[in-house]
Amino acid sequence: MEYMLMFYESKVEFARRDENPATSSYWGAWGAYMQAINEAGVATGTGNALQPPEMGTSVRLKDGKRHVQDGPFADAKEQLGGYMIIEVPSLDQALEWASRAPCAANGGVEVRPVLDMDGK
Amino acid sequence: MDALAAVETIARESYGRLVAYLSARSRDVAGAEDALSEAFHAALTTWPRDGVPQKPEAWLLAAARRRLIDESRRTEVRERSAPTVQHMMETLANNGAEEAFPDERLKLLFLCAHPAIDATTRTPLMLQTVLGLDAARIASAFLVAPATMGQRLVRAKSKIRLAGIPFALPGAKDLPARLDAVLEAIYAAYNSGWENPTGTDACTGGLATEGIWLTRVLLGLLPNEPEVHGLLSLQLHCEARRAARRSVSGEFVPLSEQDNAVWSRPMLEEAERALTLASSFQRVGRFQLEAAIQSVHSHRRLTGRTEWRVIVQLYGELIRLAPTVGALVSRAAALAEAGELPAALRELDEIPAATIAAYQSFWAVRAHVLARLGNVAEARAAYTRAIGLTEDEAIRKFLRQRSAALAE
Repeated sequence: MEYMLMFYESKVEFARRDENPATSSYWGAWGAYMQAINEAGVATGTGNALQPPEMGTSVRLKDGKRHVQDGPFADAKEQLGGYMIIEVPSLDQALEWASRAPCAANGGVEVRPVLDMDGK
Repeated sequence: MDALAAVETIARESYGRLVAYLSARSRDVAGAEDALSEAFHAALTTWPRDGVPQKPEAWLLAAARRRLIDESRRTEVRERSAPTVQHMMETLANNGAEEAFPDERLKLLFLCAHPAIDATTRTPLMLQTVLGLDAARIASAFLVAPATMGQRLVRAKSKIRLAGIPFALPGAKDLPARLDAVLEAIYAAYNSGWENPTGTDACTGGLATEGIWLTRVLLGLLPNEPEVHGLLSLQLHCEARRAARRSVSGEFVPLSEQDNAVWSRPMLEEAERALTLASSFQRVGRFQLEAAIQSVHSHRRLTGRTEWRVIVQLYGELIRLAPTVGALVSRAAALAEAGELPAALRELDEIPAATIAAYQSFWAVRAHVLARLGNVAEARAAYTRAIGLTEDEAIRKFLRQRSAALAE
């Protein structure tokens, strides 16, 4: 089954993205995590890191009127920092991979099954 | 507050005994748990007002039983399960709540680890029925969605009832295999969520205390089984080192670098006594061997050195009995420590690739062996792989430091 891992990061972690990728333990941990996913053969090739939440813009239509807002919808402590779709036999394995994400300790990871539109 | 403390103590001490006793008769574990939970709830409202009864356990048992009988009367009409109800009515009539009730927890443990119960549900079932842990806590320890864990437990309990899994002790012929399943399930509780980046330290995870508690329960009920003593010894050897696994600043400290003055002496002494007692039966088994390996590590406290060759030999015996990937990786780690680096690498390379794709210990041990062989490039790649598979921030840092030290 396909699961999306949604990586939620804290402000502190988003700030660490400015560190030098060659020496930073932040980037080192993410690189190692992505490599482990690829080498274990569970990656689907779909996934991205996202720019920080301040770079986001939210749009809503209310009674035909546009509401455009800087930043994300909810002002939560953790914000979506990236996502990845993996292919594993069941939720149990998906949770295992989620728990290994570097952001699991300071932010969190939401795991959601991908909706199967072919309706198997 | 007194009543609350009393309820908590009793829940800890006798929850499993009460569940076992009630479900041994009805074969309905879920029903027994529900009835008990209502009894505990009633205690929380009654005891603060009327005081804690003299025999609180008997009070709870009587309350739970009344509830079960009410429930059975209702289901009798539905399911016509007359014999069970009749039996229960007779038991209630013949057996005043004041009397001591027999400890049926051994049957409950065997029931939880019955071959008809899915292997992944046995430990959660034990933790819930014998110790009263809630599904959410068990789910977290085993990294399973709480809803899934709840469903698995419900399914297992209804299977016990509907498939008629016997609430009985296994016969002499089946005992060894059935006991193994019970020990495995307890060990799994002890080990849940533990990462082992040096391949040498055998255990200690999220539910270590609960695991030791279960072993002590089992030991009290089966005092003449060497493997139960072996498991207790193994758990205590590992638990004794808990405080030494982290430095004051929270860094991970591998077994070989731990300050053995921090190891708990009373626990180590009890672990040694349990192992001696186990070996007096002269029936070697998996847990005695694992305990013996940890005992060799603990012996460093007295001699100042680790006998790695003895450890390699013991892992050899263990692999003959139970060739798990964990044991294979650990033997390779011990071989490397004994100075046999090429042999260690050879053994690691022989482990089937499919079993180690997501196994952190393998990559960490492989990295360590390659590093000592001077193969910096491959060692770094293996460290990266191990780091990517690690959950624990402190262990990630430890592996990163080792990897960084390669270039120097």
